[in-house]
Amino acid sequence: MRHGKYRFIIGFLAIPLALYGVLVISPFVQDFQISLTDWTGLTPDKHYIGFDNYRKIIHNHLFWQSLWHNVLLLLIVPVVTLALGLFFAFMLNVGGRRKGSASVAGVRGSGAYKIIFFFPQVLSVAVIAILWQQIYNPDPEEGVLNVVLHGIGLGSQTQSWLGDPKLALACIMAVMVWANVGFYVVLFSAGMSSIPTEIYEASLLDGANRTTTFFRVTLPLLSDTVATGWVYMGIIAMDAFAYVQLMSVNNGGPNEKTDVVPLLLFKTAFRDNSQYGLAAAMGVAMLLVTLVFAVLTLRLSRRERIEF
Amino acid sequence: MTTDTIDGAPGSAPHKSGSPASDAARWKWRRSEGGVLNAFSHVFLAVWALMVGLPLLWALWSSFKSSGDILSHPLSLPTHLHFENWSHAWTKANMGQYFINTIIVVGFSTVGTMLFGSMAAYVLARFEFPGNRLIYFLFVGGMAFPVVMVLVPLFFVTTNLGIINTLPGLILVYIAYSLPFTVFFMTSFFRTLPTSVAEAALVDGASHTRTFFQIMVPMAKPGIISIGIFNVLGQWNQYLLPLVLNQGDTDKWVLTQGLADLAVQQGYQGDWGGLFAGLSIAMLPVLAVYIVFQRQVQAGLTAGALK
Repeated sequence: MRHGKYRFIIGFLAIPLALYGVLVISPFVQDFQISLTDWTGLTPDKHYIGFDNYRKIIHNHLFWQSLWHNVLLLLIVPVVTLALGLFFAFMLNVGGRRKGSASVAGVRGSGAYKIIFFFPQVLSVAVIAILWQQIYNPDPEEGVLNVVLHGIGLGSQTQSWLGDPKLALACIMAVMVWANVGFYVVLFSAGMSSIPTEIYEASLLDGANRTTTFFRVTLPLLSDTVATGWVYMGIIAMDAFAYVQLMSVNNGGPNEKTDVVPLLLFKTAFRDNSQYGLAAAMGVAMLLVTLVFAVLTLRLSRRERIEF
Repeated sequence: MTTDTIDGAPGSAPHKSGSPASDAARWKWRRSEGGVLNAFSHVFLAVWALMVGLPLLWALWSSFKSSGDILSHPLSLPTHLHFENWSHAWTKANMGQYFINTIIVVGFSTVGTMLFGSMAAYVLARFEFPGNRLIYFLFVGGMAFPVVMVLVPLFFVTTNLGIINTLPGLILVYIAYSLPFTVFFMTSFFRTLPTSVAEAALVDGASHTRTFFQIMVPMAKPGIISIGIFNVLGQWNQYLLPLVLNQGDTDKWVLTQGLADLAVQQGYQGDWGGLFAGLSIAMLPVLAVYIVFQRQVQAGLTAGALK
């Protein structure tokens, strides 16, 4: 029996562990090693050059600019996405009125709204990015967004959107928000529907209006879900590779104003003379930033859990 | 809508339950804010629904327009249905081949992920053995680090194994990178299942393997479906990994790669209708499946976040 148990354990773990070890863990470890070399991949020999690649990164203006864009994404995209998600979820679940005694109810058709809002979540990021690239088309006569602006009498607001260094990153952020809000509407709706209605009833007996109810009842009881959502959005914002690579002018342009670290890493490794060592060092830097973000998030979100 | 108006009329909607005091409070709340808020909610919700729905519809109807029409009248509905956009995208732009490749890759890698992920999770959740915790954290730790970090070494690992630019290689990589979340989710799922049924099976002489496949897997079906949906969508939408590990032969490309290429090419060839047909080919099947199974998809995708 004992013998059988261990044979079973080994049998069941062997393939998953082997796959995971070879394709995930070993590249992870090798990344540190490669980051200390001047390897270009063209020849098998690599020379250990210590921390030279890291020194190069530190003095690389483009790296800091890309990292800054990631930080901007990290600060703005999750806040806007989660705020809109909470707002819509609150509307859907508490914004309506119903006949009879149900005092707290969602608006009519909330199910349909949830289905539609969720659409972008099932689509590929590639589909979303290319679709929006077409919508942002800079031509005032051809671009959909510009044509729409003309149509509603805002012709003076037409822009070259993705071609404007000041606007391009904001345009990409808007698409990331657009793509992710639906997920949080559904997630927060699920959270809100598990809050007992007695709590709402008690608060409105005490004379609270809906705004107060939202900030004093709903939000504190959802804080765990919001924190999880924050981490998810943070990971998406740290990446942003596909959005920037597919939408931006010249892969991170104009003037590198939309470049992000993952894209810079990709270009350094697979476009610009295969500087694998340098790209690997950027990977390690990415890991550090991600860890800092994770630790900060956990610190900030650690609080007493409210049971209900 | 009708019930809304009746409800809003003074003196209607008799309350069935609740104390008079709470009724009065409710009534006041609804009277003062309800109507305004209801209209207010609907406006915001409807605007967002249009912002989400219209771009997708626009892509779909543009796929039936001629390239000239798309440029000169981007918003107009198609005058003639240009079905040839679709056939061009499917054959000339190779989207048909990419579609089939994607189905092969996602099919095999989802099945593989679910099989290997559940096997590892079951062992980690139900058996005590030295190294159990270590292996669990090794798997779960994978959720924390960004894939982009390992692109360079992964490129060489797959090259050395001879699986770069092949569909089986892509399948293995997808499985490996889907394991962390799958193992994490399924481990906690197996822990919630009662032990007594499995023990009874063992007493009756079933082997551990048989117990797993015939008793535990059927019991874990809800969890497997949730995480399965999560993996299908994640792998169907994968862009970065095929971009790096499947750069070779265009015959082996997946949909997202083909679509990105189509977007670049169309700039030279001016085949805008073909691009929108390509977008629709990549978009419609997932949307159709989602609309049919929307409850399960929403539950599956949010289950991970609620755990």
